[in-house]
Amino acid sequence: MIPADLSNHVSGWFDGTGPGADIVISSRIRLARNLAGYEFLPCLTSRRQGEVLEKLKTALLSLDLGEAVYFVDIDGASALEQDVLVERHLISRQHARGKGPRGVVIAPSESFTAMINEEDHMRIQVFKTGLQLKECWQQINRIDSAIEQKVNYAFDPEYGYLTACPTNVGTGIRVSVMLHLPALKMTGQIDKFFNAARDSDLMVRGLFGEGTEAVGDFFQVSNQVTLGFAEDQIVHDFVNLIVPKITQYEAAARQVLMTQQCDAVDDKVQRAIGVLKNARLISSQEALFLLSHVRLGINLGRVEGISMDAINELFMLTQPAHLQMNAGGTLDADRRDSMRAKMIRSRLCTN
Amino acid sequence: MLCQSCNERTATIHLTDISAGVRTESHLCEACAQNQGLAVKSQIPLNELLSTLLAAQSDAPPGQPQEVATDIECPNCGMTFKKFVQKSQLGCPGDYKAFGEPLRGVIAKAQNGRFQHHGKVPATAPGDTRDQIKLMNLRQQLEEAVRNEDYETAAKLRDMMENLQ
Repeated sequence: MIPADLSNHVSGWFDGTGPGADIVISSRIRLARNLAGYEFLPCLTSRRQGEVLEKLKTALLSLDLGEAVYFVDIDGASALEQDVLVERHLISRQHARGKGPRGVVIAPSESFTAMINEEDHMRIQVFKTGLQLKECWQQINRIDSAIEQKVNYAFDPEYGYLTACPTNVGTGIRVSVMLHLPALKMTGQIDKFFNAARDSDLMVRGLFGEGTEAVGDFFQVSNQVTLGFAEDQIVHDFVNLIVPKITQYEAAARQVLMTQQCDAVDDKVQRAIGVLKNARLISSQEALFLLSHVRLGINLGRVEGISMDAINELFMLTQPAHLQMNAGGTLDADRRDSMRAKMIRSRLCTN
Repeated sequence: MLCQSCNERTATIHLTDISAGVRTESHLCEACAQNQGLAVKSQIPLNELLSTLLAAQSDAPPGQPQEVATDIECPNCGMTFKKFVQKSQLGCPGDYKAFGEPLRGVIAKAQNGRFQHHGKVPATAPGDTRDQIKLMNLRQQLEEAVRNEDYETAAKLRDMMENLQ
């Protein structure tokens, strides 16, 4: 399997079928691990970096994960292949643009990936659609224990799992949920959400795009503290306290929109559909922005004749690298905008 | 959309400026935006955030050792504490010991004042380490159970702790 084979369909974690998926798109847990007896990446020679890669690759490929995992050599991959993997959240941008021997082990369902030689020697991740953090933790814990049978992790009785950056030390766990919060944005309450998140030591960032703000009102919320709390405690807090509170706010904001500003919502949603069905040039940012409105419209029962599957697919496939991979090569921004518009028209007009 | 300034490249930076109630929009390409002194602010990676934190820390909370007077070098990997402060990445697992107290201060800042790991322990860790951490995990759970007045769970946890000790 190569990145090109991935680029024509939506990732499992974005299929909108999981519990609570109208607001919680997906759940993800990542563990940072390093091998004992090897330097961290900043001090690791290229030869030893190659050894780390081989050790971890061998260990990972011999695991029984219920599906046959495969390895992608990131150092040898083209920029476009790397970007497809980044857009699917299978690797990070830092990993894509890193140096020296590095790679990723991927399960075909894309519910599991292991980046080797990113910031840490290994970062394993498990993704699931909707709010399924407990299930993510059970699965990744099992995988981690299986890997641990084959390699020696750097571990300290006081500081726990040792990581290259002390912001990950301890459990090495990053628990995240990806949220769609368009109603909080429309009702001007998104800053309240940011402040509340900051006060509870949570990290908030945009889900799509290279940085800046959360395009399309998609946010990723993660724990910031990794030391001093057991993994199941962190997961428990997310599942029972943090996520319910945020989804409650968003649901209430949707309710307010429906009862007090129904025309305004319909107007936004129908204008979005109008532009998407007719535009001849559309940037990925504009597409995300408009698709987000349509997604909200579908969730509120205000749209007929467009399926959520079609919208979810467009979120994924209109990203720049996906678009180019499916077109068979690199395209300049204008060509991309034209192809993107064409793809959106063809999916929405036949639908 | 083309850049308003050069009319050649695609505008990728869209600026809305509202001053004195007047709203103006400009659409520029990256090069022209930079020429006009508009910094493109991107998301701050966690590392950078830590560097900022570290820099802030070195300007001195009273009563704490301000600067590391003499730099510390890790005998294993050659990383120095000062270099770590710049890059916010350590050189090897041994740095956690080698950088001692100064690193402890950094960890306290990054981890909300916590130093002691709770949670998973590798099965390959020495038995006493495993038991030690397991005990601490149980103690934490016990406190939680008592707080919630769940005495049945608390009793079970106490028994488990006694078995380990």
